[in-house]
Amino acid sequence: MKTVYVDNNATTRVDPKVLREMEPYFCDLYGNPSSMHHFGGQVAGAVKRARQQVAEIIGADPSEIVFTSCGTESDNAAIWGTLHSYPQKHHIVTTRVEHPAVLTLCNHLMKQGHSVTELPVNHEGLLDLDQLRDAITPYTAVVSIMWANNETGVIFPVEEIAEIVKEKGSVFHCDAVQAVGKIPIDMKKNKIDMLSLSGHKLHAPKGVGALYIRKGTRFTPFFIGGHQEHNRRGGTESVPSIIGLGKACELALAYMDEEKTRVKALRDRLEAGLLANIPNALLNGHQTHRLPNTSSLSFEYIEGEGILLLMSREGIAASSGSACTSGSLEPSHVLRAMGVPFTGAHGSIRFSLSRFNTDDEVDYILEKIPPIISRLRELSPFWKRRNRSAAFQ
Amino acid sequence: MWDYSEKVMDHFLNPRNSGEIEKPDAVGEVGSMTCGDALRLTLKIDKKERIADAKFQTFGCGSAIASSSILTEMIKGLTLEEASRITNKDIAGQLDGLPPEKMHCSVMGMEALEAAINNYRGRAIEHEELEGTIVCKCFGVTDEKIERVVRENNLSTVEDVTHFCKAGGGCEECHPQITKIIQKFQAEKGVAVDTGADRERPKKLTNIQKMHLIMETIDREIRPGLNADGGDIELIDIDGDRVLVALRGSCAECVASSFTLKSGVEAKLKEFVSDALTVEEVEQ
Ligand SMILES: Cc1ncc(COP(=O)(O)O)c(C=O)c1O
Repeated sequence: MKTVYVDNNATTRVDPKVLREMEPYFCDLYGNPSSMHHFGGQVAGAVKRARQQVAEIIGADPSEIVFTSCGTESDNAAIWGTLHSYPQKHHIVTTRVEHPAVLTLCNHLMKQGHSVTELPVNHEGLLDLDQLRDAITPYTAVVSIMWANNETGVIFPVEEIAEIVKEKGSVFHCDAVQAVGKIPIDMKKNKIDMLSLSGHKLHAPKGVGALYIRKGTRFTPFFIGGHQEHNRRGGTESVPSIIGLGKACELALAYMDEEKTRVKALRDRLEAGLLANIPNALLNGHQTHRLPNTSSLSFEYIEGEGILLLMSREGIAASSGSACTSGSLEPSHVLRAMGVPFTGAHGSIRFSLSRFNTDDEVDYILEKIPPIISRLRELSPFWKRRNRSAAFQ
Repeated sequence: MWDYSEKVMDHFLNPRNSGEIEKPDAVGEVGSMTCGDALRLTLKIDKKERIADAKFQTFGCGSAIASSSILTEMIKGLTLEEASRITNKDIAGQLDGLPPEKMHCSVMGMEALEAAINNYRGRAIEHEELEGTIVCKCFGVTDEKIERVVRENNLSTVEDVTHFCKAGGGCEECHPQITKIIQKFQAEKGVAVDTGADRERPKKLTNIQKMHLIMETIDREIRPGLNADGGDIELIDIDGDRVLVALRGSCAECVASSFTLKSGVEAKLKEFVSDALTVEEVEQ
């Protein structure tokens, strides 16, 4: 069966060019970059080049890049490390729509005695920057706000947020895991102190990420061990993955225009087609302040798991913010924070595209989804009664 | 991806008896949009109180649809008396099992059937829904419903209860109350509350030994925890198997003190001294 993969915010296909770049570093060039011999030294050279490639995609200096094992580690290292660098400060500011890599950590830190402010968002998923300004106190050690939301693709004005945070004298960490590779980022033009990225979201392998730490930022290492990464992250480097991440960043930079033109056009056509052909379908999140590849749609009166199972039978892979698919009982915290009504929150589907998607695939999805939605609505006790009283809701 | 049985997938992909019976003799509706699943069951019932036809409409995940579908197959042709004996276990069993997190789908099927039977017999649906007092505010689940799933499915953890009826799956504030219900059920069954039950413990105690052991257990196992929260406990008297204590400091004012007493103090004393002990608070 053919697979139409539109779940690229979950993870991406490793670009074959990335794999080719990595291959020599398994069986041939397997040296340890820290070793004092030429065999290891040539590997150190390759890691150095990867560091440059990663730095380049975000306009950073290579010395500001620390390789990690994933986006989650980068987020944990940034927040935890900053708290340890400012032991007299106990407060964290974040938002209700962050990824669990940040929110669950903050919850954990709260149990250990830190205080956490989670900023709300409006129905389009946007923040109120005055509220942010008011939330930051002299005791705020770190403000952690994502660049782009993984579920809705909504983009926060993080450059403006950085200005506010610096003005208030705190440290700003930005989870840019979904943004890097999809939209241009230039650390020379903003005041963000730390920024997380993850390889598997941009066609590099899973299990490699990076944390950008601006020069002069206080940092306490999260992984304590050897002197790797300039004493900022102990542990022998995952060389092949790092080489892959470097190559993936180089490619993403080259494809950046395609992302905001061809990929965006595919996304727009898919979204417009579904909204036009399916009644009671709604877009979640702001129409324009959004990643070019992401579309979160709610199909009212039905539940997401059923939609995904039927889509999967047609070979279409996407994800849902419904409760049933996550194993929790509440629908997506992001959609609930935006106040998406329960009629829609349970039936949300996220389509996230990449440069590997084609026009034919969009046609295929546009053909397959409407009957799936009608079929489930036929089964739903709410569908026929949607215009009657709200008593049964 | 859930590990659904072939039977579940078959009933999800080819639902039997979906839709609505016109002019039904009985209607059972449970669940809501907010909860994320809902089932509307309509029945045709003949003069001999036999279910002549059954149809369902379901809002929910794959296993909710499959549970509803198989339920209609199971009940067609049964008398109401026979149908009323169907439990959620029967539904899950007919589907060759459900993932633990999805057991509430089978419970929903059983409840819709009950609601329909009650509806036929002229009892209000609301009556059924609101029996008992609400324990889980997030999902509106009452103590009676929790007790029932615990009893019928022999549940022993809060997580199980959440899987079967959703209670405790939201803010988690009600977890202590759910724990209490489980403990009550297990005490009825005569099972030791703490699972560390095979710890060594003197078999038969004299009264003096028992008193010493109780005092020792309070000092070693209970007081340090309470002290850490700014509270304290005092042993007032021991009357047979009744242990009378007074809570001090922050514990005394704490709304959760009855919880502290039962789940904390009593559980420890049962574990380390004797299953027969009960703890009561006295004011002193
Ligand atoms: C916004 C965001 N932050 C962090 C992560 C975690 O990244 P990783 O899977 O590399 O740990 C993800 C990935 O799901 C994400 O979307």
